[in-house]
Amino acid sequence: MKYLAALVLGLIVGVTALFALLYFNPLTTNSRLSPLSVSDNQVIRFNYSVVATDTLVYTNDGESQVAPHPTKVLQLWEPTVRRTAAMATVLRDSRGLPAAIGIKFSSDSESTRLLNGEVISDSVWHVYAPGQGSLFVEQQENHWNYLRDVVIPARWSSGNNWRGNWNGSITSGPGALGTSQVIGGSGIFAGLSSDGVESLSAKAYSVEFGPVAMDAELAIEIPRRDASLSQDP
Amino acid sequence: MFKTFIAGILLGVAGAAAALYYVPVVDQVREQSMIVVHPNHGNTETFHINVPTDRIMVGAQGLAEPLPAGLEWPDDLQFAATRAELFKIRNGKDAVVGVASRIAASDEVSGEIIEWVLHLPARGSAYVTMDPQPREGGYRSGDLASGTREFAPLTGRVTERWVDDATNFDDSTQGRIEIITAFVGRMVEDDE
Repeated sequence: MKYLAALVLGLIVGVTALFALLYFNPLTTNSRLSPLSVSDNQVIRFNYSVVATDTLVYTNDGESQVAPHPTKVLQLWEPTVRRTAAMATVLRDSRGLPAAIGIKFSSDSESTRLLNGEVISDSVWHVYAPGQGSLFVEQQENHWNYLRDVVIPARWSSGNNWRGNWNGSITSGPGALGTSQVIGGSGIFAGLSSDGVESLSAKAYSVEFGPVAMDAELAIEIPRRDASLSQDP
Repeated sequence: MFKTFIAGILLGVAGAAAALYYVPVVDQVREQSMIVVHPNHGNTETFHINVPTDRIMVGAQGLAEPLPAGLEWPDDLQFAATRAELFKIRNGKDAVVGVASRIAASDEVSGEIIEWVLHLPARGSAYVTMDPQPREGGYRSGDLASGTREFAPLTGRVTERWVDDATNFDDSTQGRIEIITAFVGRMVEDDE
């Protein structure tokens, strides 16, 4: 009996030790520096609020932490789309003025590997900027750092919330430097093939409602060949 | 007893690591792909959207009843000629397999544009740029401009058309938007 108790106790300690190692593993901390910050090319930036109630439309399976907005929006409850969220929002330029309509689809990815510190979403953006053109952005997002630094501390907090300043890139691919792939569809972006990075700036998070004060930036590099054609959105 | 405790720790670490490695955290539900192979004409797959039941959003200025109720579409002048829609998309067996966006807009730089993004969570996404002028027979066609995952190595054409619901006994559906994709693998040049 003593041996069985020792074995069970050892198992509990072993599992706990592994999760502690994963949680505190410094090797899974991604660089918070955007690869585009060292680019010589022009970078256009679209900003938006991640808070669901600030979007035009946000929908998911209806049972997730973040509630759909507006409340009567059709929900994605079917098994094939249950792990997908759809959002339509107004993207703003660096002066805070409306510049584009952005639609984002985001699905939990089967390439998620907790052992490697990878909590992956496959997402795409469909962007139309009047007077400029349209874009398609494909990316993989790794939310591990965001979960570790914001979401889990909020759950541990006695107030069930988190406040602070957290900035980080969530784009992890498919580009070799952790960038998204951007394809131009029309207007000045027609024929464009470039890189992009999406980053989050979190200030407050609630366990009950999800992001409370959180902005995001979608940065897109315009190669020098096309830079003369583009304007600040 | 101490040795048993140490063995338990090692077993716990190894067991949890093996579970995290081998048990998938995410396993997207898949519907069988309904692809038709044509002799010398590639593969086609037909999707459809039941209207209005599969409409998630219709955003445009001047709509009497925007969808969903409570949608506050921006009233900036620059979005006056922009119409953005979100849908659920279904396969040939009428099962929901993904979501899609359709943007129709016009401006002095881009001209008139109609674009689709089809997002199938288990398979990938397709970005389609349509010819804004409808063809004879009331359908539009366009090109696969880019794809992700399963659609990444493909090239081809996509058509959209409106099909009225002739069996609309209970007014539940007005019709459907039919989307037919005809994709083939992209030719890869051999350097050797």
